[in-house]
Amino acid sequence: MEIIEAKPGDKLLLLGNEAIARGALEAGVDFVTTYPGTPSSEIADTFSAIAKYLRKKGKEVPFYFEYSVNEKVALEIAAAASFCKLRALTCMKHVGLNVASDALMTYAYVGCRGGHIIVSADDPHCHSSQNEQDNRYYAIFANIPMLEPSNAQEAKEMAKEGMEISEEIGLPLLLRTTTRISHTRGVVEVGELGKPRRKGHFEKDPMMVTVPITARARHPVLIEKMERAEKLSEKSRFNEIIENGGGFGIVASGVSVAHSLEAINMLGIEADILKIGFTNPLPKKLCEKFLEEHDKVLVVEELEPLLEHRLKQIAFDAGLKVEIYGKDSKHFTRLYEYTPDKVADAISKLLNLDFSPSENKPSIDLPQRPPVMCPGCPHRASYYAVKQVAPKDVIYPTDIGCYTLGKYPPLEIADVLLCMGSNAGTACGFSKATDQKIISFMGDSTFFHAGIPAVIDAVHHNHDCVITILDNRTTAMTGHQPHPGVAEGGMGEKVKAVSVEEVVKGLGVKDVHVVDPRDLEKTKEAFRKALNYKGPSVVVCKAPCVLLDLREKRRKGEKIKKYQVNQNKCKKCKVCVLKFGCPAIFFDGEKVMINEEMCTGCGVCAQVCPFNAIEVKE
Amino acid sequence: MKLSILLTGVGGHGVLTAASILGKASLKAGYNVLVSEVHGMAQRGGIVNCNVRIGDVYSPLIPKGGADVIISTEPIEALRQIDKANEKTLIITDVNPVIPPTIYFSETSYPEVEKVLEELGRTCKLCAINASELAKEAGNVLAKNVVLLGALSAFDVLPFDSSLLLETIAESLPYKEVNTRAFKLGEEEVRKKYKGINMRRSQTGKRDEIILR
Repeated sequence: MEIIEAKPGDKLLLLGNEAIARGALEAGVDFVTTYPGTPSSEIADTFSAIAKYLRKKGKEVPFYFEYSVNEKVALEIAAAASFCKLRALTCMKHVGLNVASDALMTYAYVGCRGGHIIVSADDPHCHSSQNEQDNRYYAIFANIPMLEPSNAQEAKEMAKEGMEISEEIGLPLLLRTTTRISHTRGVVEVGELGKPRRKGHFEKDPMMVTVPITARARHPVLIEKMERAEKLSEKSRFNEIIENGGGFGIVASGVSVAHSLEAINMLGIEADILKIGFTNPLPKKLCEKFLEEHDKVLVVEELEPLLEHRLKQIAFDAGLKVEIYGKDSKHFTRLYEYTPDKVADAISKLLNLDFSPSENKPSIDLPQRPPVMCPGCPHRASYYAVKQVAPKDVIYPTDIGCYTLGKYPPLEIADVLLCMGSNAGTACGFSKATDQKIISFMGDSTFFHAGIPAVIDAVHHNHDCVITILDNRTTAMTGHQPHPGVAEGGMGEKVKAVSVEEVVKGLGVKDVHVVDPRDLEKTKEAFRKALNYKGPSVVVCKAPCVLLDLREKRRKGEKIKKYQVNQNKCKKCKVCVLKFGCPAIFFDGEKVMINEEMCTGCGVCAQVCPFNAIEVKE
Repeated sequence: MKLSILLTGVGGHGVLTAASILGKASLKAGYNVLVSEVHGMAQRGGIVNCNVRIGDVYSPLIPKGGADVIISTEPIEALRQIDKANEKTLIITDVNPVIPPTIYFSETSYPEVEKVLEELGRTCKLCAINASELAKEAGNVLAKNVVLLGALSAFDVLPFDSSLLLETIAESLPYKEVNTRAFKLGEEEVRKKYKGINMRRSQTGKRDEIILR
């Protein structure tokens, strides 16, 4: 396992996320917490893999690691470690910080003792997210320092040095990445592993209890800390001017630095670049110097014009005449991720250069290839059963996970989605706002994460809705991380599994059904009963994620059944393809066939077929 | 030296694995390298894209028209990335279509493979091989990503010896024998197919002088 066994000076090819993990280890991190979410997941998964590897070898794991129930709890757990002067890392995707933000805002007032890095992995372009919010504003909002790496090496350095900065200032530090930083492998030269402190001691301080009088006293302390942070930013090696000469300058941060360097190379022009890695507080004097030395400055940053507006403010205060371009001047968009072409295009427009990239386009219309639920996915079975029994005009609030793919044909069983847990909250609202029937869906991990409060609301106010928990025993979409419902923790240790249905019953739901969705008749029956029940019902569709199930069967050497279509019995009604939609079933001309390589032997299609034409292949 | 390779295909075809092998081999050869991946939603049977950039590069993303090589595990997926190609780009693709399961709900039908290949050949330098068949011959259809890497190595566009690539495959992947066979089959297929054609880089070493018609 090279990530912990590499010697100082070794060069590894690491994902930005893995580099962050290595950096934290070099800082001697003691506590790592997370809730998985793309594009952040591999940071925590690296710690999980290290812990399991060391335990297997009979070695001591030098840190505590857990997949927490949600981001807020993850942050609180790690904050407590920091309060005991341990060093902590908490990682999440950008929207995860929304969940953790309640803790974060006041955490900044209380301050940390051991260094604490909070990683927010943002997702410009929504590669795998429900929005592309710009989390740099959280650093401004909470008043905490922020670092933004522009490559994997820097990701490692910033995780390490960020820990020192956080500890020195006494504030948690936001390490903000984006998809192209987190998910790009780059060459990383590693340093020495740090020495963890292992156990801390909590020394009491009444100023940590944020009643109004202490909160009022803590706010000026926070502002004073950020003034000190600005001094660190001013001399930080993460902020630098890359000099190429010329009166034209570029200010960039994060992956935009890399795109900018590529773009000026593509255009063959000279431009100085002010690369800002310590982006909150900004190094005001350095920015002022750069603005003063250039007539024209282009600000390259994805999403919101945060740097751009701050730079304009600095220029205004200093009475500088520099022209600042970016999003306000329409050279850049506030949408999606940037590419070297977009940056080259903006520069060439600004400087009146000729830039004409290849405009090759396919002349043939290509069919889309959206992601789909896997062959044998139990969610497809649950959805098919619901569609069979649900009256027309049912509202299907959905949630975050693989099952969101139920949105696509042929199932089309997703009507609204806001955030983790929103299925149940909106289900409650729809039940009061309309006379329509409501069947909502969430995964097991989502239930524990943010689904529970809305179920309580449904019980308390007797909201007439069916809340479905698609319990596939894992957090599948983000890479099969465990959650509170399973008996193995993130370090491979035995933990207490919390039963979904017992929690639901404990919350006071009277109409609870637990079914294996791969048994279509029983599942349909459960939903029929639930739809007829007046008040909140919960149906738990329990069957393991087919990917995990297959892995387990292969490990045990179990034979995987294969199904085939008996062409003599098949009446070509096409229900299996056009209504059920398993990707393993296809038309070969008029014939319906099952792709043997893809078939996982779940047998649900055999139940779907009205003519019993789908049979086990002997 | 600058070399940009775009790997594309369908989730489950080993695109990320192939990219990571190219990355590791480049690092071994002492080059700077960036491998940009897309995870998550894209893996569930959707499109997977991976940018591998070796040498004097900054951005993890290949600019439009900037790919020296496009490797695809599926023909229409190669065509979908054609904006990254120029007339000198080498496209190595498997010829076997993977029909999207959503095709039955789509207004667009799957195009004729011949037409797809014709268009690729018209736009770029095309090397279309039956990688799936060769992978089966090697012992596992899942090794088609390695067959394609073998094919790539036959073109001598990489700034390092193909033995380094094979060594990295042997180190990083299980089923060493199957994968070694798959790599060699891919390499031989290209050598057979373009027998007598000079595929080496010219003495100037410029990437735009791969000779292939």
